[in-house]
Amino acid sequence: MIEWFTIVQVAVAVLAGILCVVLGLAGRKPTDLTMGATALVEVLLIVQLVVAIAAPAFGNTPSGDPLEFWVYLVSAVLLPVAGGFWALVERSRWSTVILGAICLAVAVMVYRMNVIWFVQGS
Amino acid sequence: MAHDTLAPTPPRTRARGIGRVLIAVYAILALGATGRSVVEIIGKFDQAPFAYTLSAVAAVVYIIATAALIIPGRVWYRIAWVTITFELIGVLTVGTLSLFLPELFAKASVWSWYGAGYLFIPLVLPVLGMLWLRRTR
Repeated sequence: MIEWFTIVQVAVAVLAGILCVVLGLAGRKPTDLTMGATALVEVLLIVQLVVAIAAPAFGNTPSGDPLEFWVYLVSAVLLPVAGGFWALVERSRWSTVILGAICLAVAVMVYRMNVIWFVQGS
Repeated sequence: MAHDTLAPTPPRTRARGIGRVLIAVYAILALGATGRSVVEIIGKFDQAPFAYTLSAVAAVVYIIATAALIIPGRVWYRIAWVTITFELIGVLTVGTLSLFLPELFAKASVWSWYGAGYLFIPLVLPVLGMLWLRRTR
């Protein structure tokens, strides 16, 4: 993991989450904006996935349990996809709130991944 | 039910309106608890067998509760009540035990410290689930 990238990723996920929850509670159906914010969170997760695959080759290895790290990362990658499909099928305000909840969950999971990589075990 | 004065309606899913958000959060928690439990059991079961068995039980119950909230019908309604009640008792019991008997929980479970590791969502969610179930009866 790259620490600054992870910080950016958590910040983006939190902002996207707050945006979607607020707009959803305000009664908005999923829009390009909220879907786009969720898509951005997903793209950053894919980048994180590539980084996590490549990093050990450059001597950047997790200090904690790699299995735990990967379970978090794979779960996190799946969440926005599931939420996005849901928002396409069910065009209601609550789908927007769900997108937000998913982005916030991703933020927590990425933070936890950061702890596993840098803090746990070191 | 005998005291139900409403005209009989076809079974309706409880997955509607804000309930969908509740179910989505349940699903995320079920995923998180299952992932955690798999890691614990594969990687380090012998370190804290009690806490880790509990994690696995919690994960299964979250999965059943998520399903029970989605599937319509009286049987699943009852299953939803049972699983959600189990979760509430679980998080209160384990939360209290982890405060007073920390040696039982050398390694944390989902419910340790009332679910603090999961932003207290395990503590709040069963209560919201019960309110939702009452409303959608």
